[in-house]
Amino acid sequence: MSNTLLAVRNLCVTYPGDDGDVYAVRNVSFTLGRERLGIVGESGSGKSTTGRAIMGLVGHPGRIEADELRLDDTDLRGLSERGFRRLRGKRIAMVLQDPKYSLDPVMSVGQQIAETHRSHLRSTHRDAKLAALEMLQAVHIRDPERVYTMYPHQISGGMGQRVMIAMMLIAGPDILIADEPTSALDVTVQTQVLAILDELVRRRGMGLLLISHNLHLVSAFCDRVLVMYAGQVLETCAAGKLSEATHPYTRGLLAALPRLGDRRTELPQLQRDPAWMADLT
Amino acid sequence: MMANASASGPVPGTARAWLLSPAPASRMQARCSRWFRAWLGFRRNKLAMTGLGIVLLLVLMAIFAPLIADRQSTTFQVLGNRLQPASWQHLFGTDELGRDIFARVVFGSRITLTIVAMVSVIVVPVGLAIGLPAGYFGGVVDTVLMRITDIFLAFPRLVLALAFAAALGPGIENAVIAIALTAWPPFARLARAETLTSRRAEFIQAAELQGASALRIIATQIVPLCLPSVIIRLTLDMAGIILTAAGLGFLGLGAQPPAPEWGAMVSSGRQVLLDQWWVATIPGLAIFIVSLGFNLLGDGLRDAGDARS
Amino acid sequence: MIALDDVIIAYGSGPRAVVAVRNLTLAVPEGQAVGLVGESGSGKSTVLRAVAGLLPYAAGEITLAGQRVDRRRTTAQRKMTQMVFQDPYGSLHPNQTVDQILSLPVAIHRLDRGEARIVQALAEVGLGPEHRYRFPHQLSGGQRQRVAIARALILEPRILLLDEPTSALDVSVQAEILNLLARLRRDRGLTLLMVSHDLAVIAHLCERIGVMTRGLLVETTTATAMANNQVTHDYTRELLRSNAGLDRSNVAAG
Repeated sequence: MSNTLLAVRNLCVTYPGDDGDVYAVRNVSFTLGRERLGIVGESGSGKSTTGRAIMGLVGHPGRIEADELRLDDTDLRGLSERGFRRLRGKRIAMVLQDPKYSLDPVMSVGQQIAETHRSHLRSTHRDAKLAALEMLQAVHIRDPERVYTMYPHQISGGMGQRVMIAMMLIAGPDILIADEPTSALDVTVQTQVLAILDELVRRRGMGLLLISHNLHLVSAFCDRVLVMYAGQVLETCAAGKLSEATHPYTRGLLAALPRLGDRRTELPQLQRDPAWMADLT
Repeated sequence: MMANASASGPVPGTARAWLLSPAPASRMQARCSRWFRAWLGFRRNKLAMTGLGIVLLLVLMAIFAPLIADRQSTTFQVLGNRLQPASWQHLFGTDELGRDIFARVVFGSRITLTIVAMVSVIVVPVGLAIGLPAGYFGGVVDTVLMRITDIFLAFPRLVLALAFAAALGPGIENAVIAIALTAWPPFARLARAETLTSRRAEFIQAAELQGASALRIIATQIVPLCLPSVIIRLTLDMAGIILTAAGLGFLGLGAQPPAPEWGAMVSSGRQVLLDQWWVATIPGLAIFIVSLGFNLLGDGLRDAGDARS
Repeated sequence: MIALDDVIIAYGSGPRAVVAVRNLTLAVPEGQAVGLVGESGSGKSTVLRAVAGLLPYAAGEITLAGQRVDRRRTTAQRKMTQMVFQDPYGSLHPNQTVDQILSLPVAIHRLDRGEARIVQALAEVGLGPEHRYRFPHQLSGGQRQRVAIARALILEPRILLLDEPTSALDVSVQAEILNLLARLRRDRGLTLLMVSHDLAVIAHLCERIGVMTRGLLVETTTATAMANNQVTHDYTRELLRSNAGLDRSNVAAG
């Protein structure tokens, strides 16, 4: 069992613009093993696009180019839509931000989870249902039988995210990409959902790519953190060592966050240095 | 925050630069800029441009009709010359009374355009006047106005037109009123739907918060949101309106002879359809092409609208 | 300045009415900033909208500057209370330029020197003439929120209501907007009532903080007390715990 699940080298995602190509992601490189890697950035930094590029969800007219984009033994560059469909759910899965929009509103949540199981593992209806119920229990939903029959609009945000996680993990993927999985949730629910993610990822020996704008959340939860700006990775931090970050952008972001108990009357504003936009390579 | 791989823009100092300026300096410049960008998007759609071309052709033909064809020829009967095929004197041939079909088609465009314009002018204000309050106030107002709309929706267009013609007598004006009476309900529903969608929007709440009256909110905030879909719906409906007018003309209820209304021309060409096909087919083709043009234009406008939002 | 006395706010009426806010009593003295913090469904935004006059309230009394106010307000009352909404894109009309958006309140209240007021309002929030004739989709999130603030302040209100004004903004932009709000409040002596789910943001701007859950105001405390964990209600403690759990950067999860 190799330790590197995902290898990315010099990933670039471009979109044609009115005045030439626009780079959403520029020369991003990282590897993901059986660990938790966080990607942090503000809007427009390219963090979500990176996740989508790995899943093959960058639609036309966007273009993906990379020196290496490998999921275990499979080369993701130039993979057809059909090829990606075989991978998604089975080997690599994605949890999105708002279960209100990512769950099918006209199917019961149990059916949606079972459907994922059936389409990847070719199981019978009964086996799929059993697997779905088991999965609902694994995400600590108290009454799996009852929740199985409920529709997305009947469940809370936190529960919806657990359902999403259950649905995404049921086919046993190696990697989970979570794009702002807790941003739409209340603070008390956020910690619960993250704890569930943590438990499942650890237990199954999966790799987790957590994408978020919340610096503290990512740094508390992940083993390593990549800080992105304008499509590039500016800095890599180890877990919990965020306060020792060196890049002025990261330090500026940390300083600009209001903190409970902090008696500053004015928050230091981030001074954007145009040098940060320059190509690093 | 995205970086450009190459940077190039419009040449400064030109009209294009003024229109694409990222920092407009006046209300008018901002408006023009918006229209120009929309136009650039629209221009990319070949089918939509075809539709626009056809509609423009119709308008130009109607305006410059006297320069294109001889007005006298539309009614000048030369019975000895009837049912002649296309020739250099008569580009589309002559009809059953010896009149020049080409001239009649060209001048007929004026009638078509008049009908289309008159119906639009009635249908859009009426639709907005009924749909906007229904959507904005809701409750009893909504119920009453929508049931009235339902009543009018229940009437098939042609049947109502026949009833009208029977009551008021045939003629273009009555045909227009008849068509407008059955064409306005979908616009009321569209206006109502758009109003319902934006009713809860925060910018409407902000306007309320500032003390704007209901009338001001409807007029300044909601109408600009409704107009694009209403206009698009109108262009798409044009085809139907033209066909209905032609249908009325076919039944003898629209423009009366000897006016060169296309539908009436198709009707009178029925008897000789097999041997002198051009008498009915040429005006029929004109109806078809113009309807198609409006359809393509409407589709293009809708796609342009979707692309921006 | 703002006084809520035993206010009940409900959606719908009769047997199917849903009570969103129950028996709320809160006072905001003139010139002070009070924050309401709570999770979704706590009723905090509902309270704000009732104070703004966008929602009716079923019982109790809401008083602004000594006058009892209802859903229906006079023009003068509207002028006194303005609000900045959460979604910077949703709160600006998509088809209107910044100029038009700022001209509307001027026209409604028939203010003099409209042109000067618009220019000044833009300058106060850090925008320039190059932004004046742009449409909202041509502005960034932070710029749109500045326009929303300019619009709120152009009527020179005495009360400013804030509904999660920075939730939809990036961290760096949030800092700018919070600084702007703090400065404007100081300069104009505004009375602030702010709602947010983010404890740190509320504590930064507000002296007093009310904690709400499920329609009830369970505790009123200060930012300092919260920082020192000197709070009385269990729910407040839970809120602080969750907030701290994400705040500390060197906690191993699990």
